[in-house]
Amino acid sequence: MSSTTVMVRRNVTHTVRNPVAIFNAVLFPIVMMLIFVYVFGDAFSVGDDYIDYATPGMLMMALSYGLSATATAVNSDMTKGIINRFKVMDVSRSAVLTGHVVSTVVRTTVALAAILGVAFLLGFRPAASFAQWLAVIGVLLLAVLAVSWLTIAMGLAAKTPESAGFATVPLIMLPFLSSAIVPAEKMGPGARQFAQYQPFTPIIETLRGLFDGSPSTSHAIAAVAWCVGIALVGYLWARKTFNKRG
Amino acid sequence: MSATPATVPGMTQLAISANGLRKAYGERVVLDGIDVNVRAGTVFSLLGPNGAGKTTTVNILTTLLRADAGTISVAGHDIDSDTKPVRAAIGVTGQFASVDDLLTGAENLQLMADLQRLGRSESKRVVGELLERFDLAEAANKLTTTYSGGMRRKLDLAMTLVGRPRVIFLDEPTTGLDPRSRRTMWSIVRELVADGMTIFLTTQYLEEADQLADRVAVLDQGRIVAEGTPAELKRMVPGGHIRLRFADAARLAAAARVLAGSTPDEEELSLRVPGDSGIRALRGLLERLDEYAIEVEEFSVHTPDLDDVFLSLTGQKATEVNR
Repeated sequence: MSSTTVMVRRNVTHTVRNPVAIFNAVLFPIVMMLIFVYVFGDAFSVGDDYIDYATPGMLMMALSYGLSATATAVNSDMTKGIINRFKVMDVSRSAVLTGHVVSTVVRTTVALAAILGVAFLLGFRPAASFAQWLAVIGVLLLAVLAVSWLTIAMGLAAKTPESAGFATVPLIMLPFLSSAIVPAEKMGPGARQFAQYQPFTPIIETLRGLFDGSPSTSHAIAAVAWCVGIALVGYLWARKTFNKRG
Repeated sequence: MSATPATVPGMTQLAISANGLRKAYGERVVLDGIDVNVRAGTVFSLLGPNGAGKTTTVNILTTLLRADAGTISVAGHDIDSDTKPVRAAIGVTGQFASVDDLLTGAENLQLMADLQRLGRSESKRVVGELLERFDLAEAANKLTTTYSGGMRRKLDLAMTLVGRPRVIFLDEPTTGLDPRSRRTMWSIVRELVADGMTIFLTTQYLEEADQLADRVAVLDQGRIVAEGTPAELKRMVPGGHIRLRFADAARLAAAARVLAGSTPDEEELSLRVPGDSGIRALRGLLERLDEYAIEVEEFSVHTPDLDDVFLSLTGQKATEVNR
């Protein structure tokens, strides 16, 4: 068994034993989805069945909600002394961080699957072909990978586990200020521009296009560019902070 | 991986050899050129107050921190050019128990066994043995958050032992433990030495160094101010003293007049008489008091311990620096 596998297993065990993390990552996005689609849904007129409009945004929301658990876990590892044990045992340093990335991807995949399941129950009827479904999965995985590295960097940079968890709040807010819930054109000035140019909007628009069976190339290019950029910044920042921490 | 080359040091060889260790953070010098030599199979104790540089020394010797200068070899390997075999040979238990709080005791040990790539049956055996040996079998399947401080420290040490290290570093292993857990920890350390391991121990408790160590080095402000066996260090401070307490100031003053070299403490009504505590000296002292008919309320003999060594050594150092 490689060190990375051992680390992934350890992190997965942590997640399963932490009810707050599970609630935040899996149940809370479902609650949000029920509120927005089932409770408010009829009040939004988006020229589409609201569940079909909202599902891509809800997926992004599910993706970002679990991140505070990752940031907290990374920071706990660094500040509670166990990292020194791993270092002295010659566990490769990247195994510790890769373990967090992989377990975040696993946890987020569960959350995304749960959201999709609920979406279908609420009447979600995508027109995507098999290839488009594969593209949906690809875009989501790329997005998870990107925000995971960014979150890990924030977790490493924070002084305490509490502040690490708090550092992910902007990522949690981003879906609200994107085209997730209502189209950007319907927002007030300022918010509209922000929503149009922030990374989550092209990702959500790409998913929406794929689900509709009519993907938009320009959104897809912007989405991939954002994801690769965020992943790169997060990875380099994480590596630098990890090495600086000794 | 587990079959380490035949460089097992014999009894007379050095398990740790460090010369001229220096470490500074900007202007602040933490270690000012210290030498540490530890023979294989012995206990070496680095004794010093908080902030003396003990943890920095441990971090350097365990490859966690790079020294600014100095040559170090641990378990026969150079620490800079040969880091991997050094790491394979050492185990560290830090000042703050580094156990995983969301895992049980058994899972913590299993995690170590997995990282050491022990096979399934081998790791099961090792984990079971360690749980038995450290008296943790009953709590094996409970989360470590439910453990007491002493149990956590024991688990921490057990985790260190999974990799069968030859040199063990214990950074303040009993700080914050109650007296009973401290004694348990001491007997564990003695067992490890009996098994042939080398122990490098830091502590701020003189009694601990006195109880466990073959050699003690006193670290103060980044320098080793004394080194030797506990007995040698005790010999470094001038002999003990006898303390006499009196019922009133008049008797104290009378006694101070007749006993040359004594120092009275008027508030405590006590007199400190330097000198050795041999029977002859004591008899002479009592006869003299008798001769002048001075009644003594309380009488105690104070033999020097490492506390005296510590105070006299670090105290001297402090005045030198202030000058």
